[in-house]
Amino acid sequence: MSDISEDRVRHLAGLARINLTDAEVTHLTAELSKIVDVVATVSAAATDDIPATSHPIPLSNVYRDDVVTDDVLSTEQALSGAPERDGARFKVSAILGEEQ
Amino acid sequence: MTDLTRQTAAQLATALADGSTTSLAVTQAHLDRIAAVDGAIHAFLHVNPELSLAAAAASDARRAAGSPLSELDGVPLAIKDVLVTTDMPSTSGSKILEGWMSPYDATVVTRAREAGLVPLGKTNMDEFAMGSSTEHSAYGPTRNPWDTDRIPGGSGGGSAAAVAAFEAPFALGSDTGGSIRQPAHITGTVGMKPTYGSVSRYGAIALASSLDQVGPCARTVLDAALLHDVIGGYDRHDSTSLKDAWPSFAEAARKGALPGSLKGLRVGVVSQYAGEAFQAGVMTRFRESLDMLATAGAEIVEVSLPSVEHAVAAYYLILPAEASSNLAKFDSVRFGMRVNPAGGGTVEQVMSATREAGFGPEVKRRIILGTYALSAGYYDAYYGSAQKVRTLIQRDFDQAFASVDVLATPTAPTTAWKLGEKLNDPLAMYAQDIATIPANLAGIPGISIPSGLAPEDGLPVGIQFLAPARHDARLYEVAAGLESLLEASWGGPLYAQAPDFDTAVPTQSTRSAVPTQSTRSAVSTQSTRSAVPTQSTRSASPTQSTRGGA
Repeated sequence: MSDISEDRVRHLAGLARINLTDAEVTHLTAELSKIVDVVATVSAAATDDIPATSHPIPLSNVYRDDVVTDDVLSTEQALSGAPERDGARFKVSAILGEEQ
Repeated sequence: MTDLTRQTAAQLATALADGSTTSLAVTQAHLDRIAAVDGAIHAFLHVNPELSLAAAAASDARRAAGSPLSELDGVPLAIKDVLVTTDMPSTSGSKILEGWMSPYDATVVTRAREAGLVPLGKTNMDEFAMGSSTEHSAYGPTRNPWDTDRIPGGSGGGSAAAVAAFEAPFALGSDTGGSIRQPAHITGTVGMKPTYGSVSRYGAIALASSLDQVGPCARTVLDAALLHDVIGGYDRHDSTSLKDAWPSFAEAARKGALPGSLKGLRVGVVSQYAGEAFQAGVMTRFRESLDMLATAGAEIVEVSLPSVEHAVAAYYLILPAEASSNLAKFDSVRFGMRVNPAGGGTVEQVMSATREAGFGPEVKRRIILGTYALSAGYYDAYYGSAQKVRTLIQRDFDQAFASVDVLATPTAPTTAWKLGEKLNDPLAMYAQDIATIPANLAGIPGISIPSGLAPEDGLPVGIQFLAPARHDARLYEVAAGLESLLEASWGGPLYAQAPDFDTAVPTQSTRSAVPTQSTRSAVSTQSTRSAVPTQSTRSASPTQSTRGGA
């Protein structure tokens, strides 16, 4: 059995920066409990002697020459999709709250 | 006059080369087709006829000057909305990116343009490619051209339906756990997931970076191969890109279509993909195809892949884990939506409000599952174990390919289901990927081609072939071989048997008029939906945000 509780779902949603309504929390708690019960079966198949695969076709040392190329975005292009900007910068909402 | 939309890309290329048609005529025919049927199918999120016609005119000018860019110069192409484009919005099916214009083109889009292909528009998909039915699109579902009450598969249901409904000769897709192959199975078309790293992912909005692969969707094996030849190969913008020199896949497909090509081929039938989970008609057509291969001289043997039993579980840990990390970029700062809570708030509060409003229920579900799988104290048991299962599955494949050239499976367990049927049962939806997921976990190529119609419901069924990594050409050869045998038995391609739903929707000439009484009776299932404009990105379906209660 999974240990998915409403409090845990709230905590995870906080970590993932997604606001959830109470109804969503209740619904997700039930759904995720069922899903976790199924996916948790992998731990039975995976014994200590098996190495992990993070990447299906391993490559190593993927480098390029340390030279400036001309196919990078301009400042204007990089800022073109920003919800808000200040000159040549992305404008971020307040970082500190009132209490801080 | 020939209906240009019924031609394959290869036929169109020939007609363009010999001057019997023009790219303008071909492109206009497809735009007309989209205008006529996409109100019912909703394969496209965005169409821009002016842009397409300008690209077509430029292609015709190159032809006239004797300098076409490639043999496909002037042939139209549909593009899955997961691939970014500078001249059309790219949303990945999500509200959080509604209207977003990319400052650069995906490498596969650049290569398509450099070959002279004419982009027709962006196709619908499950939000961020999370789904097997295209119902998780924030812009409403796509419908299956074989039966518009049914799903077209997913996540690339838009690309598959566009090709199946003759709205485009071929299309670009992406496959993370089956999103090219399963819609191909569901819509009676061809879909190829190439070897991981063989087609650039640069500009493909990432879902799960160790699983994602871009590939072609088409009506024939040769057309898929032709498109693969255009988009494949090393790209320095993608650090997982393979530097291999690839053979011509079109040549492989042409070779495979010759009589006798299947003689001596060793085909392994995966014993795990049978039994109750698989619909009877899916298995009937699968076995018929195997018999056909055997009659053509192939050797059919049974092989076992014991670890694929854990593939779906491993996948639904690895994918959410990688997705929760990849989707962190939607932070309300650099691009996409920003929602300011009433009374303002800190960047964290703005981010949380934005992601609440911008993500649909399936995306929220998977991000939270992935966040859980990566949490301290759970990482080893979940994500770590899933990565070990990945090793076991790779070993199973290595062992199988030591004794066979290709593996064969039914592409998916069932034919197209009704819209809404599995929407509130995520696990039932996830189980649809049972036969396609292992290829993504192992990085190997897989192709699905039509193997017939299920006798019980008359809906398309696909057969999947898998080959060792880097042996994509072998798949085109084998698939083209079986395709030619099947077409000989059917007396033509399967898509020739598709119901003519032209009569079920207003045609171009009557489009602005109210449907007449006689056509209305044929559109009973569509009559409650108003004709939707295909011109621009549509607003979200009003029911989407409340769906599933999450």
